[in-house]
Amino acid sequence: MTLSINVEMKDREAWITLDGELDAAVAGEFRQAIEQVAPQKPEKLVLFVSKLQFMASAGLRVLVFAKQQMGREVSIHVVGASGPVLNTLHMSGFDQSVYVQESYP
Amino acid sequence: MDTRIDFYPTHQHGAYKLRPGRAFPFGTTLVPGGVNFSISSGHATACTLVLFEKGAPEPLVEIPFPDAFRIGNVWCMVIFDLDFERIEYGYRMDGPWDPAAGHRFDKTKILLDPYAKAIGGRTLWGKPPDWNDIYPQRARLVFEDFDWEDDRPLETPLADLVIYEMHTRSFTAHPSAGVKHPGTYAGIMAKIPYLKELGVNCVELMPIFEFDEFENSRPNPLSGEMMYNYWGYSTVGFFAPKAGFAATGPFGMEVDEFKNLVKELHRNGIEVMLDVVFNHTAEGNERGPTLSFRGIDNQTFYMLTPEGYYYNFSGCGNTLNCNSPVVRNMVLDCLRYWAAEYHIDGFRFDLASILGRAPNGAPLPNPPLLESLAFDPVLANCKLIAEAWDAGGLYQVGSFPAYGRWAEWNGKYRDDIRRFLKGDDGMVPVMAERIQGSPDLYGWNERGPTASINFITCHDGFTLYDLFAYNDKHNEANGEQNRDGGNDDHSWNCGVEGETDDAQINALRRRMIKNALAILLMSHGIPMILMGDELGRTQRGNNNTYCHDNELNWLDWTLRERNNELFNFTRQMIALRKAHPLLRAGEFFGRNGSPADIIWHGTQAWKADWSEDSRALAFMLRERDAGQGGNTTPVLYMAINSFWDALPFELPHLPIGYHWHLFANTSLPAPDDIQEPGQEVLLDENVRSFLVGGRALAILVGRPQSQT
Repeated sequence: MTLSINVEMKDREAWITLDGELDAAVAGEFRQAIEQVAPQKPEKLVLFVSKLQFMASAGLRVLVFAKQQMGREVSIHVVGASGPVLNTLHMSGFDQSVYVQESYP
Repeated sequence: MDTRIDFYPTHQHGAYKLRPGRAFPFGTTLVPGGVNFSISSGHATACTLVLFEKGAPEPLVEIPFPDAFRIGNVWCMVIFDLDFERIEYGYRMDGPWDPAAGHRFDKTKILLDPYAKAIGGRTLWGKPPDWNDIYPQRARLVFEDFDWEDDRPLETPLADLVIYEMHTRSFTAHPSAGVKHPGTYAGIMAKIPYLKELGVNCVELMPIFEFDEFENSRPNPLSGEMMYNYWGYSTVGFFAPKAGFAATGPFGMEVDEFKNLVKELHRNGIEVMLDVVFNHTAEGNERGPTLSFRGIDNQTFYMLTPEGYYYNFSGCGNTLNCNSPVVRNMVLDCLRYWAAEYHIDGFRFDLASILGRAPNGAPLPNPPLLESLAFDPVLANCKLIAEAWDAGGLYQVGSFPAYGRWAEWNGKYRDDIRRFLKGDDGMVPVMAERIQGSPDLYGWNERGPTASINFITCHDGFTLYDLFAYNDKHNEANGEQNRDGGNDDHSWNCGVEGETDDAQINALRRRMIKNALAILLMSHGIPMILMGDELGRTQRGNNNTYCHDNELNWLDWTLRERNNELFNFTRQMIALRKAHPLLRAGEFFGRNGSPADIIWHGTQAWKADWSEDSRALAFMLRERDAGQGGNTTPVLYMAINSFWDALPFELPHLPIGYHWHLFANTSLPAPDDIQEPGQEVLLDENVRSFLVGGRALAILVGRPQSQT
């Protein structure tokens, strides 16, 4: 299983859609996507994860990285998380630092 | 991560780029472009780093440390471009095999880094291990980027603590807990509202350092059920949280989950104390496995007899050599790490007297480890609590080297309160000591009542319910013909051994539980409650449930319905303690800085009966100026009757304008047994004496009526 990443800028918002499994092997690609949008100074980072089946800690690390890279004023929205991905966000407490929502906008 | 021009590889091993590492800190550290590995051994002659892909049966690569990478006794190396989340690592150490001289090097073994910050291999609780794994418990790398926001240790004054001793798995493993992730850190998090409602402000977690629940695991000879190293008093890695206690353990995220639990408890005003086991390790004696310390530097890490065998002051096979300077530093590093990186508020040291023994086992008058811990700047505001005895016969309650910092589990408090409650002769004078914070033990050497951690029950021994339901231990389920466990429970079954339908006996047991909780929470010193005692939890008379992953240990949450009156009683007693600073003073009554006095009474006011036959004791706590010059501080009065029949207690006079109010009377059935603090029941103006039922107690509050 691989990860496919789609990145697009919508006005001042960076939208990233993830599909597949986000484990340590492919976390670097996710990180590159973040690095790619960071210079454009988005106000929001919106991650669509409804097709993401699994997220290892490597994936969370990239979210931490995104928060650090973009600064505290950039809000991060995780949209459509379910099953193991949502559990991972809850149990690691990362849901306190990002907006977890069912749909967007 | 920044790319630094001054940080580049200088050596190569196959495809791996290396450079000499930094000796400090020990363990692994993520550095620009790579990972720094550092490990020390005082007697090894060579060291090899062994890398695995996560879970792989065979190593990915073995990289011997080049000679140039050794500084003193430390091997250190940076490896560049490692995918740190996919790697597990260990070491091989070469050196002499000479047990008589204390050396047990064996380079065929792959060894766990003593500083491993995360450990794989037992990430799913109870999953049977692969016994053929050449490296069963594997060190992993940890990236320390948890977002603590503004959290830090709470630094609640010691005198204000109400400690709740609990086992991570036991708290929510029972199906009735109704949590999404039973038996985990996440499970505790889901139950924070319960802890808040109860009112405790500190949880003391039984061991959460990585241990192996399969150490000495065996089927129960009676039931066939697997018996585990369940409690976890046997450390595999001192720097790693138990992954099997994390719902996210199988994903390698136990570090984040545990930190998140600490953060949430802190957000709710609850401190986190860890029960730490530095007295021995999971390697056992010479017949035990070689996991780490034995193969890295046996002679340094363990206390050895002159013949090279293991001293066994812990009762668990080996004894960690805590006053060797090397081990001392490891212990310090470990506690600093937990305080700084995990925001832990305090530590309770299992069999702490061992930490005061010299490498040859003799007790030291001025043990360097205990002194170092007491004066360490990182640990400056951490609570340090000693279990002030060991399995080698050293008993230091009242005399543990304290350096003005250390508090102690007061084992004498436990024994004396139990004996008084069951009605032993001659206990009234010693009760007076225990209630006022044990000045006979801590009234010297500038210690105060906060040196005394008061408890009547703890994980070792009976639960509070069982204390009044069993005369004798019933440990058959442990598979040792009832030989294990202590024989000095000072318990009383109230007339029938074990469960009964007799309503009177059950009422008496509930009353005895309330009496115990009331005395505990009215005593000067720091109260500690055992998980579930507020709900009447039973272990069916088993006083040593170390091996059971079942209902003997799990908290049955249906007790909340069945025994709500006990929960309510405990909650109100805790609330009373919070409402009255008199109960939480840091000084002994009547001494130096204390603005308050304790005045002893008996069935006659001002006249306590200290005789051998006495079963009645009352006391009043009051600020010296209460009732004068505008000081309207309430006065507290407690009358305890451990005689079988009711006794009238003559009430002392109150300051002018004060009136007696009834807060608790354990001889009354719920809900009249206890009130909310501030909502006490005003007593008739003419009441001069108060009748306390047999084996019951009463708590009265004297205050100006206008306060109601």
